[in-house]
Amino acid sequence: MATVYVSYTPKNDEKQPEGLIQATIGKETVALLPVEIGNEKLNCIQAAQKVGTQIPHYCWHPALTVVASCRMCLVEVGERKPDGAVVMQPRVVPGCQTPVKDGTVIVTTTAKVHGAQQQTLEGILLNHPLDCPVCDKAGECMLQDYTYGYGRATSRMIEQKNTPANKPNLGPNVSLFTDRCIMCSRCVRFTREVAGTAELQIINRGNHAEINVFPGEALDNKLASNVVDLCPVGALCSNDFLYKHRVWNLKTVDSVCPDCSTGCSIHLDGNKNIVYRLRPRDNPKAQGHFMCDEGRLGYGYVNSKDRILKPTRLGKAILWKDATKDIRETFELAAKKDGSTVAMMVSPWMTSEEALLLAKWARTLSRDVRLALGPVPTVGKDDHYPKDRRGNDLNSAPKFTIRAEKCPNKKGVSEVLKQFQLRLHTFEDLLSWVDAGQLQAVYLAAGYPPRGQGWITTEQADKFKKVQTVVVHDLATSPVSDIATWVLPAAAFAEKEGTFVNHAGLAQAVRWGVTPSGDCRTDGQVFLDLLQRRGLAHVGTLRKELAKEVRYFAPLAEGELGEYGIHLETPQGA
Amino acid sequence: MADFEPVLLRRILKNASPSLEAYRGDGGYKALEKALNTMTPQQVTQAVIDSKLRGRGGAGFPTGVKWTFLPKGHPGPIYLCINADESEPCTFNNRILMDQDPHQVIEGIILSSYAIGATTAYYYVRYEYGDATRATQKAIDECYAAGLLGKNIAGKQGFNLDIFVHRGAGAYICGEETGLIESLEGKRAWPRIKPPFPAVEGAFRKPTIVNNVETMACITHIVERGADWFRSIGVPPDPNNPRDNGSTGPKLFCISGHVNKPGVVELPMGLTVRDLLEKHGGGIWEGKKAKGAIPGGVSMGVIPDTEFDMRLDFNGPAKYGCLGLGTAAVTYFDQDTSIVDVLYNICRFFEHESCGQCTPCREGTGWMHKIVDRIRKGQGRYDDLKILEEVGDQIGITPGTTICGLADGAGWPVKLAVRKFRSEFESYIKNGKKTHSLTLVGAH
Repeated sequence: MATVYVSYTPKNDEKQPEGLIQATIGKETVALLPVEIGNEKLNCIQAAQKVGTQIPHYCWHPALTVVASCRMCLVEVGERKPDGAVVMQPRVVPGCQTPVKDGTVIVTTTAKVHGAQQQTLEGILLNHPLDCPVCDKAGECMLQDYTYGYGRATSRMIEQKNTPANKPNLGPNVSLFTDRCIMCSRCVRFTREVAGTAELQIINRGNHAEINVFPGEALDNKLASNVVDLCPVGALCSNDFLYKHRVWNLKTVDSVCPDCSTGCSIHLDGNKNIVYRLRPRDNPKAQGHFMCDEGRLGYGYVNSKDRILKPTRLGKAILWKDATKDIRETFELAAKKDGSTVAMMVSPWMTSEEALLLAKWARTLSRDVRLALGPVPTVGKDDHYPKDRRGNDLNSAPKFTIRAEKCPNKKGVSEVLKQFQLRLHTFEDLLSWVDAGQLQAVYLAAGYPPRGQGWITTEQADKFKKVQTVVVHDLATSPVSDIATWVLPAAAFAEKEGTFVNHAGLAQAVRWGVTPSGDCRTDGQVFLDLLQRRGLAHVGTLRKELAKEVRYFAPLAEGELGEYGIHLETPQGA
Repeated sequence: MADFEPVLLRRILKNASPSLEAYRGDGGYKALEKALNTMTPQQVTQAVIDSKLRGRGGAGFPTGVKWTFLPKGHPGPIYLCINADESEPCTFNNRILMDQDPHQVIEGIILSSYAIGATTAYYYVRYEYGDATRATQKAIDECYAAGLLGKNIAGKQGFNLDIFVHRGAGAYICGEETGLIESLEGKRAWPRIKPPFPAVEGAFRKPTIVNNVETMACITHIVERGADWFRSIGVPPDPNNPRDNGSTGPKLFCISGHVNKPGVVELPMGLTVRDLLEKHGGGIWEGKKAKGAIPGGVSMGVIPDTEFDMRLDFNGPAKYGCLGLGTAAVTYFDQDTSIVDVLYNICRFFEHESCGQCTPCREGTGWMHKIVDRIRKGQGRYDDLKILEEVGDQIGITPGTTICGLADGAGWPVKLAVRKFRSEFESYIKNGKKTHSLTLVGAH
């Protein structure tokens, strides 16, 4: 067990904590707050974080190696001897590079530390263009924040600044504003240590050093856009988001990336019903710190005008209340004749709660209604990072994996269906029933993002012509929506709430950042209407229902999943 | 001091041939023979510790003590790196050894490798030293042919050593020991954060000792003549200060600048800057008076002629505010020299050579360069002097704001020049004085 002492800065709205120890450091008296860190191996930044003290830093990142080069995290460090005497080191040290042990004293409040921070910031700003009004990062920039918190109010530099040329399109997704760069080298270390493809390097020396790609190469790997999040200033910008929106106008919700079964935790930034960007959210249980470009840039269809926006019957727009009423009556009629002639497909893009509601509706119709899992898109093999320079896999433990299974909730939907039906039927099963002419009414809860070839081919769709009643509940038109009786608009992941279960059985909360476009309703709401249950789909209530009725989801009985989600299975290696 | 007989330059002063044959004729490789036949590696290390030899590269760390930082009983390999990236301006003492007496250094390398258990030595030579590289490579080839390198050296079973000459690509920062190691590994020469120190984890993540060329030459003579002989030369440690290691042994001094007789002289440490100028440098040229001097390579600072009583040993310069003895390369300048121009040239050098890793050094060196340039052009402000002093004070490992010592060396001459020649800076600022045209040399 180890105790670390961190200098305490009183905050306006906070009562002074108990257990403060007064110590004299130089000519100043400093209040030290003891914190128990157990056996954790921490550096000064992490230890200070434990008591809520921020040590400003640029180059240090928990997922990258320590270089201690930005010199922003300089602190005074010393040791508190067992007799209570505090002995300080004579010089300031970088907090990121200094491990703490029992008795370590971290002081961030002395004039010496403030002076060092001020000097570092003055240095960084010497050649920084201060073009915040046109900079994408303004509003979420660590240089702005730290300058406000720790820097000087005015600049003493009257010399000409260095103006290196910008490098638009450093890669297909990333641009470099060279003059804004503060040389923290996070991006370079990321491409070397996490992506492994090492496209980035530093050229030139001293204050003429610049980030650049190797000649003839581009910053083009599947994780490339992470350098934009890693960049503490506005040097590396996402081409997708560039000049689109000021960040202080964005509304951020915590959600889950739906584009593969890794289920990266994300921040979803939107405003006025437009999704502007997805950013990775740190989650040690899910993916770590990063996300892939495919997922990051895969949200475009949410804002698309080509989506299905109105419920239609045989191509004619109808009202929702008529649609749900007619569909319910048609299916009830078919089920009354023979329950086994009715089938429902639940796609792995549905949330677990939606799967539950649809399955329950199926069971209210008849216990013979057949349930099938929708097509599970799979592309290639799981893609592990870091790779070597040539893009081949390494034998080391992967730091990031892009899964071959390109859907967010196969596991969750399958577990729900298994609860209601002994066997988990696949889409092929459904097709064979259709082929054999066993079905009279089919409900296809698809919700597939319109990508590539689409989720269903024309040949597969043609088979459904044999079925009397086809309901397609989807985001965009497909071969099967052309022959369907009813076409209902579905909601995208950014518009609904629920639970996704990733490949490892981690249940995470999906939250809505924008409201459904056009006349769309969330799928859950539609299923509630079909079930003739009153009220709005409330995710907390539905999640409790799910935990109660499906054994697999029992750990979710509280209804809340927390920031990082809840494991429904014992994770591998635990 | 008149009876001091040069040791390191003994063969060079009599224009002896650098060949192996000639070196052996002058008693060369006797020390190696002695060590291999009569001494254990521990005894060699002990002799170096007893001699109080301090590293000749600039920092003056006791060489024998550095060797003892190697992990005990390490399975190997252990590496020895010879720092021949002699880039400090006005310094050329390693060059003369490598050019004209390479075997003296190589014998030291073999002895040191024997002492520390290294089987591979990397001889990191700066790019600009073409002649020295060729002379060294030739000497190494001769040694391989004579069985002094390779397997079972000089008949000693199990003692193997290979020396590889590695040429740098022309960066000052490669002279910093961890920068050198990074460069040797084929990476950008960005100094590493310490700990771990190279003795624990250095080149290729193995224990590594980095020593200067002149240090290696000294090892040869320590083994040959004994630690007592070495300790009898120069300034003994202060008996009242247990942390003082003294300044023992012969040292090469480089004399350059506005003097009548520039060059390298070998002397015991402890003589004054004035003595070095008058007795060995032949006085200031053209009958002029001295204005000041840079006592130990530009990064150690600047002193005016009123401080010429400074003693040139490991403790002397610090008493006058200088960073240290450095490479003992003393540059004198005459009364007509503009100190602003001197400082401008120094700042220009460090701006160019800062590796760009740590913010204070990367930005500070560039800023100081721009400010001094502006003062030089008659557009200075009094505030500038305050900024120069402040930046000079705040960058470096001494206050703790950088990883390596380059920033100390960049800041020190600036703050000393401003403090010690303040009136001249003020006259530039007050009168809007412009410097006479300055011809800049160098490949910047």
